[in-house]
Amino acid sequence: MKCRKCGTTAVINMRQHRLSLCQECFLEWVPHQVQRTIEKFHMFVPDDRVLGAVSGGKDSLALWDILLSLGYSADGIYIHLGISDGDYCDVSQQKVECFAAARDVRFQVVNVAQEYGQSIPQVARRKRGRSTCGTCGLVKRHIMNQVACDGRYAVLATGHNVDDEAAVLFQNALHWATGYLARQAPVLPASHPRLARKAKPLIRLYEREMAAYALLRGIDYIYDECPYSKGATTLFYKDLLNQLEEKSPGAKQQFYLSFLQARREGRLLPMKSGQVDMSVCQRCGQPTTAPELCAFCRLWD
Amino acid sequence: MKIIYRDKTWELKGRTTVRHAIKKVGLHPQAVLAVRDGKLITDDVLISGDDVVKLIAVVSGG
Repeated sequence: MKCRKCGTTAVINMRQHRLSLCQECFLEWVPHQVQRTIEKFHMFVPDDRVLGAVSGGKDSLALWDILLSLGYSADGIYIHLGISDGDYCDVSQQKVECFAAARDVRFQVVNVAQEYGQSIPQVARRKRGRSTCGTCGLVKRHIMNQVACDGRYAVLATGHNVDDEAAVLFQNALHWATGYLARQAPVLPASHPRLARKAKPLIRLYEREMAAYALLRGIDYIYDECPYSKGATTLFYKDLLNQLEEKSPGAKQQFYLSFLQARREGRLLPMKSGQVDMSVCQRCGQPTTAPELCAFCRLWD
Repeated sequence: MKIIYRDKTWELKGRTTVRHAIKKVGLHPQAVLAVRDGKLITDDVLISGDDVVKLIAVVSGG
């Protein structure tokens, strides 16, 4: 197969775009797509300070690499979750450290066990009824938000791709979780002084393209999955969506982007008439719908 | 030809495309990338004989 742009041997074929590209053209095409997404959804501007949420995986490190190559001022935040199976967190932190050192960029590490006294698996075990993944998500969202606000970053950027978003959308649609559907957006504004603006610049790129980008750029990322993700429903939904994509190229992208369009045009969900009542957590100061302590602070009691 | 994915290895006979080989070992072409001799290859590439193709999982998250 030949590159559609220059005619040399292609390294990737993107059936949903009917586009095959060689290494050089693909490595130009991906950042161009990201820049278009940033502009289309008004995510941030070149003068903004961006905080990239990095896990050591392909998507977040590729996103950081792309933002830097596009000239954005992007620092990183890595959260050590205390997952010790196969040294998962130690290895992923090493990947982030190597990436940052090679590019001379700044990043901050928050070690959950050191900072709060318990690792994610420990607190999830103690809080019966809370899944490890649910606890992990809550802790990561809280810490990332805190670091972004304290560091006065304009935006917190995460490496969610089409596959991630389509899987979550599928899950939420299966349950008609209208609250979650209403909040699933490429950009979440800073609707409170202690809530950081959040953006997902990779939402037009497939997971496969991000893996190819990381590989071709020589980014050393953690290949192994989080040991707690085995059997996760999101992975099952991704598998189902990949079956659909195989039969109908572009199905994942169409599913997600059509949702965004319908949402934007108010065709899907009624626009909320008023703001949700928010109070401030008495311990950490972050906004919460709970009367006294936020869900994060209640975890440690 | 040899197909390698994580800790598994399959030996396939004859001449086939990468895409067909991926399906033959029970994987989704959407869920992997194929690498031969350290280089990324598209799934229409014909493989045979002594070819060794490493499949890289692209799915992550939980």
